[in-house]
Amino acid sequence: MSDHAHDHTTCHDLLGSLSDYIDGALENALCIEIETHMAECENCQVVVDTLRKTVLLYRDLPPEPMPADVEERLFKRMELSEYLTTV
Amino acid sequence: MPGLAIDLNIYPDETALLEALKAGDTHACACMVKHHGNQMYAVALRIVGDSDEAEEVVQEAFISACSKVDSFEGRSKLSTWLYRITTNAALMRLRKQRGDTVSLDEPQLMEEGDLVPRQLGDWQMEPSQEALTTELRQVMDEAVQGLNPTLRAAFVLRDIQGLSTEEAAAALDISESALKVRLHRARLQLRESLADYLAGGKEEARL
Repeated sequence: MSDHAHDHTTCHDLLGSLSDYIDGALENALCIEIETHMAECENCQVVVDTLRKTVLLYRDLPPEPMPADVEERLFKRMELSEYLTTV
Repeated sequence: MPGLAIDLNIYPDETALLEALKAGDTHACACMVKHHGNQMYAVALRIVGDSDEAEEVVQEAFISACSKVDSFEGRSKLSTWLYRITTNAALMRLRKQRGDTVSLDEPQLMEEGDLVPRQLGDWQMEPSQEALTTELRQVMDEAVQGLNPTLRAAFVLRDIQGLSTEEAAAALDISESALKVRLHRARLQLRESLADYLAGGKEEARL
Protein backbone atom coordinates (compact mmCIF):
# COMPACT_ATOMS: atom_id res chain seq x y z
CA MET A 1 0.00 0.00 0.00
CA SER A 2 2.19 2.76 -1.32
CA ASP A 3 -0.17 5.58 -0.33
CA HIS A 4 0.25 4.60 3.31
CA ALA A 5 1.92 7.81 4.31
CA HIS A 6 1.49 8.21 8.05
CA ASP A 7 3.97 7.28 10.73
CA HIS A 8 4.24 3.48 10.83
CA THR A 9 5.46 3.57 14.39
CA THR A 10 1.86 3.94 15.54
CA CYS A 11 0.86 0.69 13.78
CA HIS A 12 3.68 -1.15 15.55
CA ASP A 13 2.88 0.40 18.90
CA LEU A 14 -0.78 -0.59 18.70
CA LEU A 15 -0.24 -4.08 17.27
CA GLY A 16 0.35 -5.71 20.66
CA SER A 17 -2.99 -4.45 21.98
CA LEU A 18 -5.20 -5.66 19.16
CA SER A 19 -6.20 -8.99 20.72
CA ASP A 20 -7.29 -7.25 23.91
CA TYR A 21 -9.09 -4.72 21.72
CA ILE A 22 -11.15 -7.29 19.82
CA ASP A 23 -11.82 -9.17 23.09
CA GLY A 24 -13.23 -6.01 24.64
CA ALA A 25 -10.57 -6.27 27.35
CA LEU A 26 -8.74 -3.03 26.65
CA GLU A 27 -8.97 0.14 28.69
CA ASN A 28 -11.04 2.87 27.14
CA ALA A 29 -8.24 5.34 26.45
CA LEU A 30 -6.34 2.77 24.36
CA CYS A 31 -9.53 1.79 22.49
CA ILE A 32 -9.98 5.42 21.48
CA GLU A 33 -6.35 5.59 20.41
CA ILE A 34 -6.77 2.50 18.23
CA GLU A 35 -10.02 3.73 16.71
CA THR A 36 -8.59 7.17 15.99
CA HIS A 37 -5.61 5.54 14.30
CA MET A 38 -7.76 3.08 12.33
CA ALA A 39 -9.88 5.92 10.96
CA GLU A 40 -6.89 6.97 8.89
CA CYS A 41 -5.02 3.66 8.49
CA GLU A 42 -6.52 1.20 6.05
CA ASN A 43 -3.91 -1.46 6.84
CA CYS A 44 -4.77 -1.50 10.53
CA GLN A 45 -8.49 -1.62 9.71
CA VAL A 46 -7.84 -4.76 7.68
CA VAL A 47 -5.64 -6.32 10.36
CA VAL A 48 -8.26 -5.73 13.07
CA ASP A 49 -11.09 -6.96 10.85
CA THR A 50 -9.29 -10.11 9.74
CA LEU A 51 -7.93 -10.83 13.22
CA ARG A 52 -11.50 -10.68 14.51
CA LYS A 53 -12.67 -12.95 11.66
CA THR A 54 -9.88 -15.40 12.48
CA VAL A 55 -11.06 -15.70 16.08
CA LEU A 56 -14.72 -15.97 15.09
CA LEU A 57 -14.01 -18.70 12.54
CA TYR A 58 -12.39 -20.88 15.19
CA ARG A 59 -15.00 -20.05 17.83
CA ASP A 60 -17.72 -21.12 15.40
CA LEU A 61 -16.22 -24.55 14.82
CA PRO A 62 -18.79 -27.16 15.75
CA PRO A 63 -17.76 -29.30 18.73
CA GLU A 64 -16.22 -32.62 17.82
CA PRO A 65 -17.33 -35.21 20.35
CA MET A 66 -15.20 -38.21 21.17
CA PRO A 67 -16.07 -41.03 18.76
CA ALA A 68 -18.04 -43.87 20.37
CA ASP A 69 -15.26 -46.43 19.87
CA VAL A 70 -12.72 -44.09 21.51
CA GLU A 71 -15.04 -43.61 24.48
CA GLU A 72 -15.56 -47.36 24.73
CA ARG A 73 -11.82 -48.03 24.82
CA LEU A 74 -11.35 -45.22 27.36
CA PHE A 75 -13.90 -46.78 29.72
CA LYS A 76 -12.36 -50.20 29.18
CA ARG A 77 -8.82 -48.97 29.91
CA MET A 78 -10.11 -47.37 33.12
CA GLU A 79 -11.91 -50.57 34.05
CA LEU A 80 -15.20 -48.72 33.90
CA SER A 81 -16.81 -50.63 31.02
CA GLU A 82 -19.78 -51.53 33.19
CA TYR A 83 -20.68 -47.84 33.33
CA LEU A 84 -20.53 -47.17 29.60
CA THR A 85 -24.26 -46.67 29.23
CA THR A 86 -26.19 -43.87 30.87
CA VAL A 87 -29.65 -44.05 32.42
CA MET B 1 -22.92 -53.54 27.44
CA PRO B 2 -24.09 -55.59 30.41
CA GLY B 3 -23.97 -54.44 33.98
CA LEU B 4 -24.38 -51.04 35.57
CA ALA B 5 -25.23 -47.76 33.91
CA ILE B 6 -24.21 -44.23 34.84
CA ASP B 7 -26.79 -42.06 36.46
CA LEU B 8 -25.39 -38.62 35.60
CA ASN B 9 -27.74 -36.94 38.04
CA ILE B 10 -26.69 -38.83 41.14
CA TYR B 11 -24.30 -36.09 42.29
CA PRO B 12 -26.17 -32.82 42.78
CA ASP B 13 -23.08 -30.65 42.32
CA GLU B 14 -19.32 -30.71 41.77
CA THR B 15 -18.60 -30.78 45.51
CA ALA B 16 -20.59 -33.99 45.88
CA LEU B 17 -18.89 -35.49 42.84
CA LEU B 18 -15.47 -34.61 44.24
CA GLU B 19 -16.26 -36.15 47.61
CA ALA B 20 -17.23 -39.37 45.89
CA LEU B 21 -14.12 -39.26 43.69
CA LYS B 22 -11.89 -38.83 46.73
CA ALA B 23 -13.68 -41.74 48.40
CA GLY B 24 -12.64 -43.91 45.44
CA ASP B 25 -16.14 -44.35 44.05
CA THR B 26 -15.82 -45.83 40.54
CA HIS B 27 -19.27 -44.55 39.62
CA ALA B 28 -18.05 -41.01 40.31
CA CYS B 29 -15.02 -41.64 38.15
CA ALA B 30 -17.27 -42.82 35.32
CA CYS B 31 -19.42 -39.72 35.80
CA MET B 32 -16.40 -37.43 35.53
CA VAL B 33 -15.25 -39.16 32.35
CA LYS B 34 -18.71 -38.97 30.84
CA HIS B 35 -19.12 -35.30 31.74
CA HIS B 36 -15.70 -34.09 30.61
CA GLY B 37 -14.50 -36.71 28.11
CA ASN B 38 -15.58 -34.85 24.99
CA GLN B 39 -13.91 -31.58 25.99
CA MET B 40 -10.66 -33.28 26.96
CA TYR B 41 -10.60 -35.32 23.76
CA ALA B 42 -11.15 -32.15 21.72
CA VAL B 43 -8.23 -30.39 23.41
CA ALA B 44 -5.95 -33.41 23.07
CA LEU B 45 -6.81 -33.82 19.39
CA ARG B 46 -6.15 -30.15 18.64
CA ILE B 47 -2.83 -30.14 20.43
CA VAL B 48 -1.35 -33.42 19.20
CA GLY B 49 -3.09 -33.32 15.81
CA ASP B 50 -3.60 -37.07 15.53
CA SER B 51 -6.60 -39.13 16.65
CA ASP B 52 -4.61 -42.16 17.88
CA GLU B 53 -2.28 -39.95 19.89
CA ALA B 54 -5.22 -37.97 21.25
CA GLU B 55 -6.86 -41.19 22.42
CA GLU B 56 -3.70 -42.15 24.32
CA VAL B 57 -3.49 -38.68 25.84
CA VAL B 58 -7.07 -38.77 27.08
CA GLN B 59 -6.60 -42.22 28.59
CA GLU B 60 -3.43 -41.14 30.39
CA ALA B 61 -5.07 -37.93 31.56
CA PHE B 62 -8.18 -39.51 33.06
CA ILE B 63 -6.24 -42.35 34.69
CA SER B 64 -3.94 -39.76 36.19
CA ALA B 65 -6.87 -37.57 37.30
CA CYS B 66 -8.64 -40.45 39.04
CA SER B 67 -5.47 -41.59 40.79
CA LYS B 68 -4.43 -38.18 42.10
CA VAL B 69 -7.77 -36.58 42.77
CA ASP B 70 -6.73 -36.28 46.44
CA SER B 71 -4.25 -33.61 45.40
CA PHE B 72 -6.99 -31.49 43.81
CA GLU B 73 -7.77 -28.76 46.29
CA GLY B 74 -10.83 -27.43 44.55
CA ARG B 75 -9.47 -23.93 44.06
CA SER B 76 -10.39 -24.08 40.39
CA LYS B 77 -13.25 -25.79 38.63
CA LEU B 78 -12.82 -29.52 38.10
CA SER B 79 -12.84 -28.91 34.34
CA THR B 80 -9.92 -26.45 34.62
CA TRP B 81 -7.93 -29.03 36.58
CA LEU B 82 -8.71 -31.67 33.96
CA TYR B 83 -7.72 -29.31 31.14
CA ARG B 84 -4.42 -28.82 32.92
CA ILE B 85 -3.73 -32.55 33.21
CA THR B 86 -4.81 -33.19 29.61
CA THR B 87 -2.82 -30.28 28.18
CA ASN B 88 0.28 -31.37 30.08
CA ALA B 89 -0.13 -34.94 28.85
CA ALA B 90 -0.55 -33.71 25.27
CA LEU B 91 2.51 -31.46 25.41
CA MET B 92 4.58 -34.22 27.04
CA ARG B 93 3.62 -36.57 24.23
CA LEU B 94 4.71 -34.04 21.60
CA ARG B 95 7.98 -33.59 23.44
CA LYS B 96 8.60 -37.35 23.47
CA GLN B 97 7.70 -37.66 19.79
CA ARG B 98 10.24 -35.06 18.84
CA GLY B 99 12.86 -36.20 21.29
CA ASP B 100 13.20 -32.53 22.05
CA THR B 101 15.78 -31.25 24.38
CA VAL B 102 14.31 -27.83 23.75
CA SER B 103 11.66 -26.93 26.31
CA LEU B 104 8.18 -26.48 24.96
CA ASP B 105 7.18 -24.63 28.09
CA GLU B 106 8.24 -21.24 26.87
CA PRO B 107 7.71 -20.03 23.34
CA GLN B 108 10.87 -19.39 21.44
CA LEU B 109 11.72 -15.74 21.39
CA MET B 110 10.76 -14.31 18.09
CA GLU B 111 12.22 -11.46 16.17
CA GLU B 112 9.93 -8.49 16.42
CA GLY B 113 9.43 -8.66 12.67
CA ASP B 114 7.87 -12.12 12.98
CA LEU B 115 4.79 -10.58 14.51
CA VAL B 116 4.36 -7.86 11.93
CA PRO B 117 1.31 -8.46 9.73
CA ARG B 118 2.34 -9.12 6.16
CA GLN B 119 -1.00 -10.06 4.63
CA LEU B 120 -3.01 -6.87 4.25
CA GLY B 121 -5.70 -7.87 1.75
CA ASP B 122 -9.29 -7.87 2.96
CA TRP B 123 -11.18 -11.17 3.23
CA GLN B 124 -14.25 -11.52 1.07
CA MET B 125 -16.21 -13.60 3.54
CA GLU B 126 -18.21 -13.34 6.69
CA PRO B 127 -17.47 -15.79 9.48
CA SER B 128 -20.42 -18.11 9.70
CA GLN B 129 -21.22 -21.78 9.71
CA GLU B 130 -21.93 -21.58 5.98
CA ALA B 131 -18.44 -20.30 5.32
CA LEU B 132 -16.93 -23.38 6.90
CA THR B 133 -16.34 -25.43 3.81
CA THR B 134 -14.39 -28.64 4.08
CA GLU B 135 -11.48 -26.94 2.38
CA LEU B 136 -11.47 -24.02 4.80
CA ARG B 137 -11.73 -26.40 7.75
CA GLN B 138 -8.63 -28.16 6.49
CA VAL B 139 -6.77 -24.87 6.10
CA MET B 140 -7.79 -23.90 9.64
CA ASP B 141 -6.66 -27.26 11.07
CA GLU B 142 -3.31 -27.08 9.30
CA ALA B 143 -2.81 -23.51 10.50
CA VAL B 144 -3.30 -24.59 14.13
CA GLN B 145 -0.84 -27.46 13.66
CA GLY B 146 1.66 -24.94 12.30
CA LEU B 147 1.80 -23.11 15.62
CA ASN B 148 4.46 -23.69 18.25
CA PRO B 149 2.88 -26.19 20.71
CA THR B 150 2.80 -23.71 23.60
CA LEU B 151 1.08 -21.07 21.48
CA ARG B 152 -1.24 -23.78 20.15
CA ALA B 153 -2.25 -24.89 23.64
CA ALA B 154 -3.10 -21.31 24.65
CA PHE B 155 -5.15 -20.76 21.50
CA VAL B 156 -6.98 -24.09 21.72
CA LEU B 157 -8.01 -23.55 25.33
CA ARG B 158 -9.03 -19.92 24.98
CA ASP B 159 -10.44 -19.59 21.47
CA ILE B 160 -11.56 -23.09 20.49
CA GLN B 161 -12.67 -24.48 23.86
CA GLY B 162 -13.87 -21.06 24.96
CA LEU B 163 -12.20 -20.92 28.38
CA SER B 164 -11.88 -17.50 29.99
CA THR B 165 -8.45 -15.89 30.15
CA GLU B 166 -8.32 -16.75 33.87
CA GLU B 167 -9.25 -20.41 33.31
CA ALA B 168 -6.89 -20.88 30.35
CA ALA B 169 -4.02 -19.31 32.31
CA ALA B 170 -4.79 -21.59 35.28
CA ALA B 171 -4.93 -24.66 33.00
CA LEU B 172 -1.49 -23.79 31.61
CA ASP B 173 -0.14 -22.72 35.00
CA ILE B 174 0.98 -19.36 33.67
CA SER B 175 0.00 -15.77 34.45
CA GLU B 176 -2.91 -14.15 32.66
CA SER B 177 -0.54 -11.68 31.00
CA ALA B 178 1.63 -14.55 29.71
CA LEU B 179 -1.51 -16.27 28.40
CA LYS B 180 -2.51 -13.11 26.57
CA VAL B 181 0.90 -12.79 24.93
CA ARG B 182 0.78 -16.40 23.71
CA LEU B 183 -2.79 -16.03 22.52
CA HIS B 184 -2.01 -12.86 20.60
CA ARG B 185 1.01 -14.42 18.91
CA ALA B 186 -1.05 -17.45 17.99
CA ARG B 187 -3.86 -15.34 16.55
CA LEU B 188 -1.50 -13.20 14.49
CA GLN B 189 0.18 -16.26 13.04
CA LEU B 190 -3.17 -17.94 12.29
CA ARG B 191 -4.40 -14.75 10.62
CA GLU B 192 -1.42 -14.87 8.29
CA SER B 193 -2.01 -18.55 7.52
CA LEU B 194 -5.72 -18.07 6.80
CA ALA B 195 -5.03 -14.97 4.71
CA ASP B 196 -3.07 -17.10 2.26
CA TYR B 197 -6.38 -18.82 1.55
CA LEU B 198 -9.04 -16.20 2.29
CA ALA B 199 -7.45 -13.11 0.80
CA GLY B 200 -7.04 -14.99 -2.48
CA GLY B 201 -3.43 -14.09 -3.07
CA LYS B 202 -3.96 -10.38 -2.87
CA GLU B 203 -1.18 -7.94 -2.31
CA GLU B 204 1.21 -8.46 0.53
CA ALA B 205 2.75 -5.51 2.24
CA ARG B 206 4.32 -4.47 5.45
CA LEU B 207 2.79 -2.07 7.90
